[in-house]
Parts: sequence; C-alpha cells; structure tokens
Amino acid sequence: MRYTPNSATVVRKMLQDIGLGSMAELYADIPDALKLSRPLQLGDGLTEMSLRGHLKTMAARNISVEDMPCFLGAGAYDHYIPAVLEQMLQRSEFYTAYTPYQPEISQGILQSIFEYQSLICELTGMEVANASMYDGASALAEAGIIACSVTRKLRVIVSETIHPEYLQTMKTYAKSGHMEIVTAPAKDGVTDAEALLPLIDGQIAALVVQQPNFFGNLEEIGRLEQAVHAQKGMLIMAVDPISLGILKSPAEWGVDIVAGEGQSLGNPLSFGGPYLGFMAVSEKNMRKMPGRIVGQSLDSDGKRSFVLTLQAREQHIRREKANSNICSNEALNALTASIYLTVIGPQGLRKIALRSHQLALYARDNLLKRGFKIKYDQPFFREFIVSCPDPAAINEKLLQHGIIGGYELQDGLMLAFTEKRTQSEIDRLIAVLGGELHA
Amino acid sequence: MPKLLIEKNVPGSNAFALPPCDLNMSPLEDSIPSQFLRQDAPRIPELSEVEAVRHYTELSHRAYGVDDGLYPLGSCTMKYNPKINEWAARLPGFAHVHPYQPARTVQGCLQLMSETEKMLCEIAGMDRFTLQPAAGAHGEMTGAMIIKAYHTHHQDHKRTKMLIPDSAHGTNPATTNVVGYKVVELKSNADGLIDLDDLRAKMDDEVAGLMLTNPNTLGLFEKDIDEIAKIVHGGGGLLYYDGANLNAIMGVARPGDMGFDIVHVNLHKTFSTPHGGGGPGSGPVGVKAFLADYLPMPLIKKEGEEYSLDYDRPLSIGRVRSFYGNFGVIVKAYAYILALGSEGIRDACEQAVLNANYLRIKLRDDYHIPFDRLCKHEFVATSRKQMEESHISTLDIAKRLMDYGYHPPTVYFPLIVKEALMVEPTETESRERLDDFIAAMQNIAQESRKTPDIVLSAPHSTVIKRIDEVQAARNPIVRW
Repeated sequence: MRYTPNSATVVRKMLQDIGLGSMAELYADIPDALKLSRPLQLGDGLTEMSLRGHLKTMAARNISVEDMPCFLGAGAYDHYIPAVLEQMLQRSEFYTAYTPYQPEISQGILQSIFEYQSLICELTGMEVANASMYDGASALAEAGIIACSVTRKLRVIVSETIHPEYLQTMKTYAKSGHMEIVTAPAKDGVTDAEALLPLIDGQIAALVVQQPNFFGNLEEIGRLEQAVHAQKGMLIMAVDPISLGILKSPAEWGVDIVAGEGQSLGNPLSFGGPYLGFMAVSEKNMRKMPGRIVGQSLDSDGKRSFVLTLQAREQHIRREKANSNICSNEALNALTASIYLTVIGPQGLRKIALRSHQLALYARDNLLKRGFKIKYDQPFFREFIVSCPDPAAINEKLLQHGIIGGYELQDGLMLAFTEKRTQSEIDRLIAVLGGELHA
Repeated sequence: MPKLLIEKNVPGSNAFALPPCDLNMSPLEDSIPSQFLRQDAPRIPELSEVEAVRHYTELSHRAYGVDDGLYPLGSCTMKYNPKINEWAARLPGFAHVHPYQPARTVQGCLQLMSETEKMLCEIAGMDRFTLQPAAGAHGEMTGAMIIKAYHTHHQDHKRTKMLIPDSAHGTNPATTNVVGYKVVELKSNADGLIDLDDLRAKMDDEVAGLMLTNPNTLGLFEKDIDEIAKIVHGGGGLLYYDGANLNAIMGVARPGDMGFDIVHVNLHKTFSTPHGGGGPGSGPVGVKAFLADYLPMPLIKKEGEEYSLDYDRPLSIGRVRSFYGNFGVIVKAYAYILALGSEGIRDACEQAVLNANYLRIKLRDDYHIPFDRLCKHEFVATSRKQMEESHISTLDIAKRLMDYGYHPPTVYFPLIVKEALMVEPTETESRERLDDFIAAMQNIAQESRKTPDIVLSAPHSTVIKRIDEVQAARNPIVRW
C-alpha cells in the first residue's frame, strides 16, 4: 500500500523538470558512508485488505470491556461513551488539523478549545484553564514545577495517597533539580494529617493531594489548606472530573492549581492512552501556567474571534527560559471532553456520578453482608478496597467467570464502579468472590 | 458568527438518561458527609443532542485539516492520515482495553507495542525504544534525562551544559532548561550548517551532549555529522537526534549509523498519525544498547511467545507519565509502517524530498531562498523581495495564501532567517496540487508588485479577518 499520489511516470517528469536524473541524486548531500547500504528489514507492504485482517486478529487477542464487565479503575474508568462522540470525532477537519497557529483558518478549533477551557473552569471552579496537558501524571508534575517557580522554593510535599504512577512521574520530573519531592504518609486510607502538619513549614512550595484519592477515599482538606497557605505554599489538587458532578469543587477547597486526568470524560480506555491532562489555576497564576491558552479577541471588522494567546510563556518564544517544554498537547481528547459534557449535560454529569457512587455502595453493602472486610472505613466516591490475601488469584477466578476484576494491592482488591455496571453484574461479582460460583 | 455553547443553553432540552435501576438509595449525605459535597452545580450548558451535533459540525466547518487540502507547515510533516489507521485504533480490542488488565488478556496490545518498537529500532538504527512519551517534546525531555542519568551513573557530575544549534526548534532549549541543564548555543555557518570550529571551541568536559535535528530546520543535511559525532563523543558527550525531520531520510540513512546515541521520533509527523488540532502525538525514544538500562519503565518483554511488562529496571529514569504511552496513536503508526513496508517507507521519503525540491526550484524566481541548494523534505523561503518592493511581510503572504485556499507554511521560523517561510509539502501531495500551490504563490508575488493592498489586507475570504493579538494578550479573556 502506498499513500503517495504521483505515479512513476509523473515522478520521472518532475525529476526531469528540476534537472535531476534520478531519485538518488536527491541524496547527493548525504555522504555515501552514512547511507544505508541495504533495504530496511520491515517486510513487504500490506494491502489494506491484508492489513485489516492482521489488525483484527491482533485486536482479537485482547479481552475488551465490551466483552466482559470491568471493575478496574485506579486512574482509568470504563464510563459510557455516547454515540455522538465517535461520529463527531471522525470529522476530519478536527482530527487532521494542526495546532491552530493561523487563527483565520482555525476558528472552529480555537472556539472548541476556548469552550473546553471554560468547561474545565466550570467543573473545577477555577478561573483559568489551559488547552490540555499530556495526562494526569505529567500535568501534576508540571503543577509542582509551577508552584516552585511561583514560590521560589523547592519542596513539594506529596501525599502517598495519590496515584502511585503520578508520584513516580513527579519524582522523575524532580530529577531536574527544579523541585524536591517529600512524601507524606497515609493512615487508614487517607492522608495522615497528624504526620503531615509538622512537615509544613516555611520551606514548602506546595502540597499535592488527590480527591478522591487513589484508594477511592475522600480527603478532608480543610486543615491542610489552612496550614499550607499560612506558610505561603500552594495547594495542588488532582481531581477526577466525573466526581465533580457531586463533590465539592477544588476552588471551594481553596486550591491554587488543579491538575488531573480527564480520561473519564468520554475518552476510551485505549490501554492507557491517549488520555487528557487538564490544568486550571487562579487568575494570578495564569501567566505561570504551561501549555497553550486560547483567548477571545476581535478581528479587524470587530467580530468576536479566538486566538492562541499569552504565547510569550511558551517554548517557541521563551526557548531556554521556558519553565515547560510542552508543545503538542491532547487537543482531540480535550475536544472529546467538551463534546461529552455537552451531550450528557449538567444533570447527566450528576446522574453519572451518583449512579457510580450508588452502585459502589450497593457492592460494599452486599460484600459486608457476606462477611467481607472493606479495608478502609472512609467515605468514598466510586471505588473501594475489599480485603483479601491473594487478589491475583481472585482476579484469575473472576476472569474465568467472564469478569474483569479489580486493581491488585498487596492485601486487597480495589473495585471501581461506573454507571455502566448493573446490579446483576455486581451480584455476579460478589457470588464469585464469595465462592458460590465454581469454574 | 457561531454562538458559544453557553449561549445555546436551553434549560430542559438535554434528554440524556441512564437505564432504569431499582437501587433503593438513602440521601447522598448518609454516605458522603456534606463538607465533601458540592453546593452549586457546575454551569454546564444544556443542549439537545441534535443541537450539540450541529454545534460541533458548525465548528468543524470553520477548521482546516489535511483532508481539506495542502498543509505545507514546515517541520510539522502534515502528510495524509490513512483512514484504515483510524478504523484500527477504534477496534474494541484496542480502544476498550483497560491498562491494568492481566497480561494474558492484553497480549495483542503488548505484541503490537513490541513489534512497533522493533520496527522503530530498524528505521532509526537503534537498539531499544520506549513508547511512553506522549509527544515530541516529551520525548526530548525523556532523552535529555537519559543523558543526565548516564553521566550521573558514571559519576561525571561536571556536565551541566547542552549544546543547541541556533537553528533548533524551541523545544530543544526549553527541554534543556526543564531537565536542569544550561543551554550553550552553537552558531550556524554561512551554509546554514553547524560551524565546526564553534563546536570544537564549545565542546568541553562540562558538556553533557548535543541536540541536533538532521536534516536541520533549514531542510539541509548536516553533511559533517560524522565529524560532529567525533567531536562530541571525543569530549565525553552524547549525541541526541531530534526526530522531527526523520521523514527526510527514513529508509535512506539512519540516525544510529550517523553516531547518534538517542533519538526521539514523532509518530504524528513521520508515521502519519493525525495531529488532532494540536494533539495527541506520540514521541517514542530510542537508544543504543549502552543506554537501554536508563529508559523509562516499564518496557515490553517477550519470553517465548508471551509478552509482559518489565518493571525490573533499577537504573531507569522512572516514569514520564502514567501507563505505557499513547497507545491509540501507536496503533495507527504500526498500521502505517506495515502498510508501507520497507519499499514504501523509502518511497515516502524520496517523494517528500522530491516534492520539496520541486517547490523550491519552481518558487525561486519569485521568492528569495536563502539557502538555495539541494534540500531534504523542506526548505526556507523569505519575503525579502516583497518586503523590498512593497513592504509586504511573511505574515502578509501567509494570510493571503488562505484566500487561495491553503494553510500557510510555518512562518518566522527558524529564527536565524529573517522573515522565514518554511515550506514542507510532504510526499502525499500530487504534482497537480503542487502546481496549483506554485501558481498561488506566483500570483501573490505578482499582487505584491501590482496591487499590494490586497495582500496587506488579507485574508479576505476567511470567516474572520486579522485578529488583534496584542489586545488578546493584554486583556486576556480565556473563558466564557
């Protein structure tokens, strides 16, 4: 298969036209010793029909959440994706466009980003959002860097109740020397405030918490917020956007920077990516925020129009003085989030959050009735941990019964519930867990 | 002028619903104490499904993609995005798989990633690849951290500087700062290439490495790369390949054979995955064997016929993001490489270079081309003639091109060329398209001489006229 439109005859003609005898002459500037003396070993190209068959076979080697109910969460959630999304996202004016550097020809993309920024602000209660980051983990790492730059301090205290991969990512970014990560311990599945408070002193740049936290539990932020702000540090919160259908917004908690994973807003699980990093800040930190930002302005006829703005912050202008090197982002995933929120509407978001929570409660209550132990006795949103000695074995058993189980922790299985789950699926899950169904 | 979503808010119009469910629930406050609950609902607009669809359809009419026409954005490789790839990434076995499922339920995903890694190794001349980075700049950061980890591991703590040519993409110096190194800028010589004497003078035992794009951002092949590699390696530094321009050499030459130790490739440029209006991209990073231990974890491991994720990598720089990479993008790049095969990859490269040279030669009578010799996949023209004749700038030419139905080339980059217009046609443009574009450029050159006002006040046919960007930055309105 080739996607080059010019035939061999046309190619010859073009070469002739510019005074060349062969394709090889186009590479006269590359020393022969550096040229590959053999063809690449990639095999022969496939026709579309063969390729389709090959890919279908490969995809069929995976079990998908379309095949089995899925109780896995831990940072990626199996929410329902309305049909409108797949259709609209296939409009190629969106997906085959580049970054909207030329506003006159890109108003549709720019307006969609402006609306996305607005929706993120509405959800989080914050004043300004950017056009997107790579994912929740890298967004959080960049949030830590911003806090260090704003406060001119290095210490970022991170609660151990955040997603372990977010923490790992933050530690990688910290190797730059632009921030130092100190972890604060967890107790009973939430941040241990008694252990944390003494760590908050004049050295703090930021405190990072996740709401709901990695274990699904809700964090009491109030005292922490006061302590951090008393030391002129910043409060950074990772947040699950679906939970904001019912939970207090980061702004209401007094947060300075929100950074999180937006996958659950209409993006497919896709084996871990592409997802959507989102970030929002209070207005005074707007010019410290990395990434692209779309602003509203007027054209020369006085018409409302949109344009990439505040670009003086970005790598292509600021070069070695830029605090972030982000260029490409996750624009199409941000568009996905916007379309998703438009289709489900404000009541839909609340209903989805509530249903997810209620199904989780239903599962918890029934597990308790069967004598299971729930690891933490904390208020939670849509995820909790059931204690068990060998979660891998349980997951294997669930799989044999056609269920994708939970996230394996050392002594427990973390189960996630979305509005896609049903009571009968949960009944079946519990029956397998309780040993009532045998393979 | 389309209304904003919020201006289309009609209470009661949204009919989204969940299936019935007879859970007998107590009030929310019984399970979640009120201090955790939201008092005011977020102000998300309410639209009916049909109005939502019309809204986004209307926005799509006001956007321009590769499927609309020629998109000669230099350095962005806006080639055609094959449709079979879009289909592939949406297969339920790829699109609806949770990243934490047991390995035996995701063998197809792991196999696809492992085979992509192998093919990228072959194309780039490297030994191992990580597919984790989410974009080119993310790959650069990963690569620079690998350089840092390597020197640190060898107790070589003096190296704090990174050499960056003055023609480099902005991400190179920004990356250098982000990983905590200092930028030392290398001058370009009169031929638009790295000045070897300047390199020799600046290479010392404090230099961690050199980041280089080859061909460079002028579209010129750094023919002295062998000598450059000797100088950098001789001084104990590592050589980093910015793969933004890999489309110009794939199948013909390999960064690994030129002495590069680390490369990143942009799947959303070279390997045909769509740019999505700004992303998602994917920026896999490849290294020579002696650096493999530093790659982010996990990597994909194959034992017998079984694939798994390998987390046991003690020297790894760690993670640069959650999960394993932009898998959905990787699927598309995998499909592309399989479709093209060895011959197709080389053919794509050759035709990209042919198209660029064809444009360069056809445009040279009307536009100043500062380095007017054999180029690779792109070249840089300028508005010098038009500026001298009628004060018409590169920006004016770019805006006027929209009236002819084209997305403009990259403008004002690279920084070392005044009033630069950086043109990259890619291999997926036919001669007819190129000829039409040439005609448009010739017309604009003529207009610039005869009726300059029409160029100076362009665009005329777009949905809006030129925007007051200064005002937008001075009084930012960034939400409704």
